[in-house]
Amino acid sequence: MSEATPAVEHIGSEHVDNRKLGMWIFLASEVMLFSSLIAGFINMKARSPAGASDVLNVPLTAVNTFILIMSSTTVVMALAAIQDGDRKRLRNYLLATLLLGGMFFSIQMYEYRHLLGEGFTPWGSLFGAGFYTVTGFHGLHVLIGLGLCLALIVQAIQGKITAGEHMRVEVFGLYWHFVDVVWIVLFTIIYLLP
Amino acid sequence: MTETVSGGLIRHGGRKVSDYLVFNTDHKVIGIQYLVVSFAFFIFGGLLAEAMRSHLLTPNNPILGGEVYNEMFTIHGTVMIFLWIIPAFTGLANYVVPLMLGANDMAFPKLNALSFWLLIPGAALLLLSFFIGGAGSGWTAYAPLSLQTSNGQTLWAISLQFIGFSTIFSGLNFLVTIFNMRAPGMTLTRMPLMAWAIAATSIIQILGTPVLSGALFMLILNRVLGTNFFAASAGGDPLMWQNLFWFYSHPAVYIMVLPAFGIISEVIPVFARKPIFGYRLIAVSSMAIAIAGFLVWAHHMFTSGMDPLLRVPFMITSMVIAIPTGVKIFSWLATIWGGKLRFTTSNLFALAFISMFVIGGLSGIFLASVPIDIHVQDTYFVVAHLHYVLFGGSVMAMFAGLYYWYPKITGRLLDEGWGKVHFWMTFIGFNITFLPMHVLGLEGMPRRVSSYAPEFQPLNIVATLGSFLLATGTLPFMVNSIVSLWRGKVAGANPWRALGLEWTLPSPPPIHNFPTPPTVDSDPYGYGEPKARQRLAAPSAPGGN
Repeated sequence: MSEATPAVEHIGSEHVDNRKLGMWIFLASEVMLFSSLIAGFINMKARSPAGASDVLNVPLTAVNTFILIMSSTTVVMALAAIQDGDRKRLRNYLLATLLLGGMFFSIQMYEYRHLLGEGFTPWGSLFGAGFYTVTGFHGLHVLIGLGLCLALIVQAIQGKITAGEHMRVEVFGLYWHFVDVVWIVLFTIIYLLP
Repeated sequence: MTETVSGGLIRHGGRKVSDYLVFNTDHKVIGIQYLVVSFAFFIFGGLLAEAMRSHLLTPNNPILGGEVYNEMFTIHGTVMIFLWIIPAFTGLANYVVPLMLGANDMAFPKLNALSFWLLIPGAALLLLSFFIGGAGSGWTAYAPLSLQTSNGQTLWAISLQFIGFSTIFSGLNFLVTIFNMRAPGMTLTRMPLMAWAIAATSIIQILGTPVLSGALFMLILNRVLGTNFFAASAGGDPLMWQNLFWFYSHPAVYIMVLPAFGIISEVIPVFARKPIFGYRLIAVSSMAIAIAGFLVWAHHMFTSGMDPLLRVPFMITSMVIAIPTGVKIFSWLATIWGGKLRFTTSNLFALAFISMFVIGGLSGIFLASVPIDIHVQDTYFVVAHLHYVLFGGSVMAMFAGLYYWYPKITGRLLDEGWGKVHFWMTFIGFNITFLPMHVLGLEGMPRRVSSYAPEFQPLNIVATLGSFLLATGTLPFMVNSIVSLWRGKVAGANPWRALGLEWTLPSPPPIHNFPTPPTVDSDPYGYGEPKARQRLAAPSAPGGN
């Protein structure tokens, strides 16, 4: 019986870790998805009357944008922590990320409820269709990110993430930064541009 | 160790049949799962085609009334694209590419299995949409019709989301595998051209499919939530559906043909006993097609009411994109020139590919010209073009690849006699079916119609008779591929005396592929060169011949 030793897993000819490269490629596909939805939004906005976006709360969303950017910073700090081997700081910064990300999501939910209450619905106007679709998909990605963050916190507490093996934190960081960058683009296009 | 019992199923180092029915992360199992399931859909799509061709024998046939006929061509197209040709190439690539690279599996084996299993709910939803009715707006699902059809349309859209995710993950997996998991010494310019082809295909899958996904989400929301993206009556933009749809679906045709190019680049040198001509030309042109493929989409929209001036740049890009493919055709011809040809069934299909794909490409150049397209858009001229490139091209290449790699996968050779029967019935039947359609289209017969003007009947009868020959010709292949599992000639490691790492392993390969990582010092096309002669003369892997 040839129970051959499986040959070396990663006979890498290039030098980027498989998981990191995989995440970069996945993010490229996500860029295309959001491009499609943003194109839809821009088209819908172009077909809407002037002042369609007056219903939006720019100051609140600006603060929310800041909160999301802060959560990207805490992810960077978490990665730096585990690179130093500090598991406690890793856990704390991941918790901070979860908290800040959770705040962003909650404020978005509050905004949605308020807007819906004002009669600004996805089916009521073209601008609404574009707005809710593209921000809704972003919110879904935030939610998924929060789930992943929670999973990492559990693993951090269980000691499964170490100075020697912490690629999952870096890969999560890439995803979370992507979510952040998409939001900055959305905030600019939806809330800031006339 | 693989068993080579003559007269019995030769198994992958002791695999059980049940291994192939469950979630298994071995790329060879997954490859076979893809191939079997996709071939079943080839038959299903083909039966739909035969039903339509039979219906079209008479100009005003009441049998398949309008709505049913519409659903048939919708599902025929959707199935052939998303459940046959794309997953079939994915399956073949899944099996052979890691072996060709000297790897022991794909980069993400579990994701690989997930990609296959995502096809199952996708397929189930698609079939369900067919049976509850409503998906009758063509595989292209243009608004506003696709907003007005009944519930099957929504199921159709959801099904494509499942299938789309499957292809995105699969493309991701191939890119990381090709980038990171080549054997020591295998630089990118020593990599088999099939790997270059799959890399180019994967880039398109990763960048193009998400745009379709966005469009499908908007379609679903328009239908279910009333978000009026495409509803002109509410101020929405039906043309936006076409733009987003074709932004993916044009590059998608290159997903359907680049793997075919890869297969031809593998098969031709072996059966011409000559090194491939223009390795770098073929590799670079594959990448050029992947990129340029994203710049032509609006040639599907020349008669849509799009801005007339914008048609000009798209006409130019659509003609220019013929150049990289032309480079390949000439390279393959130059490979064949002066070679010592062996007309195995695989090679017959490969040679047929070259000629049939060129015909399809020529009708494509005609269609790229706006003045011509205005007259033949949505006629049978387009149906002729697409079937020449997709059947005469992709399907013929698929068969070339199947006859070539079947011995590696199963340990036995397909019967060459029945292979030739399959080939000739397919080749002749295919041409009788689709050649007349060029004329029908030029004479004005529209596509996607269940009834037509009586003057078109004679050529329709010819096409239908051709399709019966084509369909019947598939039977020898089906029987051959099953019977040969038990009764085919034992192949050994390298029945074709080919270079390339997959031929250094026993047939079928051991479960974990390479016991020790192979080292590579050249590309796998040096036929006739001293190093290659040495390699082919020496005994290869244990258990082989």
